[in-house]
Amino acid sequence: MKASVRLALLLLLFVALPLAAQDTTLKGVHITLTYDPGVRPGVVVLPVPGANGDSIRAILQRDLTYGDRVNVIVIPDSMAAAIRGGLDSTGTKKGMNYGVFRTLGALAVVQAVNTARGLHVALHDVTHTQVIDVSEFALPQDASSRAWRMAVHRASDQVERWITGVQGIAATRIAFVRAHAVHIVDSDGADEMTIPMVGEGLSPTWSPDGHAIAYATFGENSRLVVYNLQTGQSRAFGERRNTNVSTPTFSPDGSSIVYTVAGENGSDLYSVPVAGGLPVPLTVGGGTDNSTPAFSPDGHRIAFTSGRAGPPEIYIMDADGTNVNMFTAYAFSTKNYRSNPDWSPDGLAIAYQAYVPDGSGVFQIFTMSLRDQIPRQLTSDAQNEDPSWAPDGRHLVFSSTRGGSKQLWVIDTQSGQVRQLTHGAPMSRLGAWSPRLAPQ
Amino acid sequence: MHVSRILPAALVIVATLAACHKKPVVAPAPVPVAIDSTAIKQHIADSIAAANRAREAADAAAAKARADSIARAEASQTAMRATLTAVIHFDYDKSDLRPDAQAILDQKLPILLANPGVTIRIAGNTDDRGSTEYNLALGQRRAATAKRYLTDHGVADARIETVSYGEERPVAQGEDEAAWSQNRRDEFTIAGGADGQLKQPGM
Repeated sequence: MKASVRLALLLLLFVALPLAAQDTTLKGVHITLTYDPGVRPGVVVLPVPGANGDSIRAILQRDLTYGDRVNVIVIPDSMAAAIRGGLDSTGTKKGMNYGVFRTLGALAVVQAVNTARGLHVALHDVTHTQVIDVSEFALPQDASSRAWRMAVHRASDQVERWITGVQGIAATRIAFVRAHAVHIVDSDGADEMTIPMVGEGLSPTWSPDGHAIAYATFGENSRLVVYNLQTGQSRAFGERRNTNVSTPTFSPDGSSIVYTVAGENGSDLYSVPVAGGLPVPLTVGGGTDNSTPAFSPDGHRIAFTSGRAGPPEIYIMDADGTNVNMFTAYAFSTKNYRSNPDWSPDGLAIAYQAYVPDGSGVFQIFTMSLRDQIPRQLTSDAQNEDPSWAPDGRHLVFSSTRGGSKQLWVIDTQSGQVRQLTHGAPMSRLGAWSPRLAPQ
Repeated sequence: MHVSRILPAALVIVATLAACHKKPVVAPAPVPVAIDSTAIKQHIADSIAAANRAREAADAAAAKARADSIARAEASQTAMRATLTAVIHFDYDKSDLRPDAQAILDQKLPILLANPGVTIRIAGNTDDRGSTEYNLALGQRRAATAKRYLTDHGVADARIETVSYGEERPVAQGEDEAAWSQNRRDEFTIAGGADGQLKQPGM
């Protein structure tokens, strides 16, 4: 099927567009390129006039590239200068030489201008030689702030939606663990920071609204901690003598946390209200280990790792702990070591780690569709663990030793394309992808 | 000293009395015996020195005996503490006690039973194979297994605290069985009640 560009078309009320800086959605205009996931449309991001234009253009290009849905065509500066000369600065198509872009293989051109009102972004449909989407994105004053880059990421995500119909995932962050501290890094690997820790932590996870991160401390006084990113406050709870608590995960409605309680008789999953209350047991492991819970996106079911039948396998149960079924062994003939499930945001598949059946004891990342239950191996290079879905249900972050030390990498599950997310001090692990982050 | 002064004086008096006697046959006056006071002084000094040497030797022997006794006691204290904190090891992905681990726990038992005030902490550890997070559960299970063995043999439950470090506290680096086998372990620390001397079992 060839990539066709269809204009489902309404009138282009271009002149009448609201220009309020706060408005990040386009009203009245509803035109998209029809996007064939099998072919990546070529996209050119024009040089961006105005303050920090070079940074904005670089971020837009990188975000679109990392989205893995379009092919960013980087034009030489000389050509960019020539094109810029033929355009006015308001984002209209006036003077746009669509023929040049058609020659370059571009189906869409992103034209952004940083104005006093905000970042004005227009998307040109090369085939139909017109602007099909336009919007303005408020940018914070301080271009060196984390919020400023995140605002540009939001513009990228909107542009990706204009082109492909699917919102991008640039305006997200990944929490992970380095040296038993929780770090947070932007989806493009920039702006890494740490959060204040209560003890040595593992297993960070995001609240559904992206406002909080929960993690667990281990060793003495093992407990759960919820760190509020907006207030900077931490709340620690769940400590119990002779007990290790671990792997917290929020229910999709954000009301409760399900986590692992390892005591003197195996480990079981418990649910506790986020607002505080008594933990309620969900599993009855009878002395076996039950760990690493992951909710289905509708909140009705929980996938988890259990050793109740021998080596760890992935099971699915109802959110109240009933109707437990083994998930991973259906399609495999031999028992193995399969763990750390993460339910995809579209609800259709579960990612997990498993030993490949060659006896080498090396973990690889797999996904398995809930429909056909056929495992699909995504990685094979070095040791790969701890998969976590991006909110687009297409990308996964995982830890890998392929670069020498253990670092976080991102894989596009459609194309297999990988990129390294974290660098520097080893080791980075236990990545958790945030939901899409709204402006604060 | 006073002897040496009195003796010559006494002899003079005797001689004087003898001279006054009127008896015709008079024994010749005894010739006063020459007294060597220096030799006497030396003799006395020697005997004092000998006594002092003997006393010093006795003191030294007593001190040595005391030191030896302390050393023996300390060695016994050190040995008991070493026994209490001796590490036990596990097989891959297992939390049941191997015979060697059971033997080590059997050595800890009498010391724990003889010192009911002592509390210990058992920390379960794993090698770095398997899932990082699942290994926390395995570590807790290993600590719990050792605790259960000790409590089953009479150590009060409240005296033993268990924690898990999963694979987060390796003692050996490396991706081979030599490292893994050292890291699959329970560590024992004395948590309290052992500030003074531990009592030896059976004493």
